[in-house]
Amino acid sequence: MSARNLAISAALVVAVALLALVPSVTNGYQLSLAINIVSYTVLATAWTLFSGPTRYVSLATVAFFGIGAYTVAVLGEELAWPLVLLIAFVIGFVLSLLVGLSTLRLSGVYFVIFTFGLAELVRQLVTWYEVNITRTLGRYVFVDITTSQIYWQLLALAVIVFISGWLIQRSKLGLALRVIGDDEAVARHVGINTTLAKVVLFAFSASFMTLAGAIMAPRWTYIDPAIAFNPVVSFQVLIMALLGGVHRLYGPIFGVIPLVMLFEILLAKFPNHFSIMVGIAFLLIVYAIPRGIVGLIEGAQLSLNRMKGAKA
Amino acid sequence: MFTEPLLSGITLGGIYALIAMGLTLQYGVARIMNLSYGESLVAACFAALWLFTAVSVNPLIGLLVIVPLAALINWLVYQVLLMPLVKRAPSRDALEVDSILATFGLLFVAQGVMLAIFGGNYFSYSFLAIPVKIFGATVSASRLLALGFAVVIGLALYLGLTRTRAGTAIRAVAVDPVSALLVAIDVRATAAFAYALGGALVAAGGVLVSMFLTFNASLGVVFTMKALIVVIMGGVGNLLGCLIAGMILGLTETFVATYVDPGLTLAATYIIFILVLLLRPQGLFGARRS
Amino acid sequence: MSAALLSISGLTRRFGGLVAVDSVALEVRPGEIVGLLGPNGSGKTTVLNLISGALKSDTGSIQLRGRPLEKLPAFRIAREGVARTFQLVRVLGSMTCKENVIAGLAFGAKSRWGREADLAAHELLARVGLVTRAHVMTSELTYIDQKRLELARALAMQPELLLLDEWLAGLNPTELRDGIELIRSLRAEGRTILMVEHVMDAIRSLCDRCYVMNAGKKIAEGTPKEVLADPEVIRAYLGDADA
Repeated sequence: MSARNLAISAALVVAVALLALVPSVTNGYQLSLAINIVSYTVLATAWTLFSGPTRYVSLATVAFFGIGAYTVAVLGEELAWPLVLLIAFVIGFVLSLLVGLSTLRLSGVYFVIFTFGLAELVRQLVTWYEVNITRTLGRYVFVDITTSQIYWQLLALAVIVFISGWLIQRSKLGLALRVIGDDEAVARHVGINTTLAKVVLFAFSASFMTLAGAIMAPRWTYIDPAIAFNPVVSFQVLIMALLGGVHRLYGPIFGVIPLVMLFEILLAKFPNHFSIMVGIAFLLIVYAIPRGIVGLIEGAQLSLNRMKGAKA
Repeated sequence: MFTEPLLSGITLGGIYALIAMGLTLQYGVARIMNLSYGESLVAACFAALWLFTAVSVNPLIGLLVIVPLAALINWLVYQVLLMPLVKRAPSRDALEVDSILATFGLLFVAQGVMLAIFGGNYFSYSFLAIPVKIFGATVSASRLLALGFAVVIGLALYLGLTRTRAGTAIRAVAVDPVSALLVAIDVRATAAFAYALGGALVAAGGVLVSMFLTFNASLGVVFTMKALIVVIMGGVGNLLGCLIAGMILGLTETFVATYVDPGLTLAATYIIFILVLLLRPQGLFGARRS
Repeated sequence: MSAALLSISGLTRRFGGLVAVDSVALEVRPGEIVGLLGPNGSGKTTVLNLISGALKSDTGSIQLRGRPLEKLPAFRIAREGVARTFQLVRVLGSMTCKENVIAGLAFGAKSRWGREADLAAHELLARVGLVTRAHVMTSELTYIDQKRLELARALAMQPELLLLDEWLAGLNPTELRDGIELIRSLRAEGRTILMVEHVMDAIRSLCDRCYVMNAGKKIAEGTPKEVLADPEVIRAYLGDADA
């Protein structure tokens, strides 16, 4: 490992250690803001893990997030917490495998359409099940987990997501996905099993989202399908990832932090016009900064270097 | 007993076919994957509701106002919002991704506007809710009227596309935009026209739907989803495919709602979708593609 | 006559009513360079697409060393030892030249990765004359360099059979000379190549044998000299004399 890599790793370890101290130095409001930031970081980074290199836009974030939350609502009281998380992970993994296997053999548009309606489908199915089978629409989440513990778990999950992402990028799988993103026909002709690569990565990405939902569930004391499967969450995650930049693993963070703040303000000031505001913010990003903040910075660096080069 | 769901299924299927025809124009010709498509439909529902309750204009007259207005609005959306994406896209795939993102944003804006005005409640109005007996089944007259209009509009569209010069230009752009350019077809103007026409069709569908269904501001997503599935099932750009696929979807939903559970109609839709993806992703009548 | 590396028989593919490839049979022996000629639209590229698995055939068999390929997906065919270039050059736009070549090295039957792949990539880039451009983004390459890169990526897969689809098209005279030299040097290494080509100079100087197609059918085969003198081939290219 080079000295530079060693320094970066050390700095990251220190940063995570400092972030772990956040609950002890903040008040309740600040901690809840921190939780929002970390949970959206997990979601947007997990989204980018798959959609960044492949350019397959997934609109189903909240389907998986909501399944995680619901798993906790149903099983939270009955089983040990780690077991609940494991079950949530497995459910997310299996569902995403099914979605992936039925759509990712085909061109990207089928995947987009499938994920577009998936949250609504799961919401209706859960509603139907609760109304007809259990006869309770809406559940109270009783688990013995403090807000600080939620924060720490999310932070740990974020670290896991980043490390997995980093390992995948350096692996053959990571290269395979970049080749697929550039040109799927070429990918197949150099011997890449494109379907397998996409399905595996989508399953990991979606399982991380499911875990995030499970960890976040105790934040609500009461959930029903409309809360757990709120489509605005998918939308917000997409915006954050795009604003930050999806061609770098760390890109989404640059979108998460400003937008969590912005949404906080919008929600307080315009509770009834929230989705209009978010929609407009999103359109501005799609039109004005299609490569995200990281793309802007890198573009600026590149032209700066060129100017220097021209002078030399 | 059996004819009743059959008749409602056919009505619903006819409307789905009409709605999907609009989407297949927008996607097949203008190459815009419009995720805010259902919002146009819901907006038309509300427009019809407002005309009927506030100014007591009946929805059939309402069509004459709402449909041209929808065409105009969709044309403007294409020119103002989508044209920059068309111009900057290096390839068809890039445009597809960009249009998905942009129209996804549009969905939330449109839905937000309607939620702000009408709230989240369900609405309906009573127009021609007269029971009519055919083949021993009782159906509301408004449903039959809606079906009749859907048939007329769909037929007019089919004839327009196959028998007129403008229709031929549209079909040419759908098949091959580059060659269409070579035979002096203004591809962008044609795409904008097709997009507007698609918007007009979905608005017509919305007005017809509002005559017999209850609706609310967040129903758009479901209609977009159904239209997309019908388009894929029928084969992109295939009007006859839309008709048959629309019927299959309408009948399946109605039978599932009648004999199984109304809460499972979307699940039934999805099962059809998965079957199509697994068995015939190119659509029932689509040609095999490379 | 040595056993064929690639043997195709009865290969047919229709697009709607059009029969793009009509019961074509051909053979490529190890170490040969075989040309596939014919006027535009005669079905040459479709044949390459059927061999490489980009398209599936309606009927017919394609065998590589006796192993059937026609039912396999494209990525398996690639791993069986078939590499190709594309008619419209396809490089991976968001990557550097070296990464493009590594994409060819990493996923084949003889997959190479890490340090080994780095070294091999440099060798291959040197082989096609791009070694100084290893870290340049492919989008900044000239057309000929993109073609060189595509060839390096195909060679990276250590293919038993290399398919070149008009690899020499669109080059200026100097580039063309370099290009022909490059392919000739591949023959010297003992590579087996099936090439779709229009450039007659290249066909004459490179190909051992040629097949000529017209309207989906094979109309002639033999040495370049033989087929280019064949009256039916001349008719296919120039149209009927009395037309």
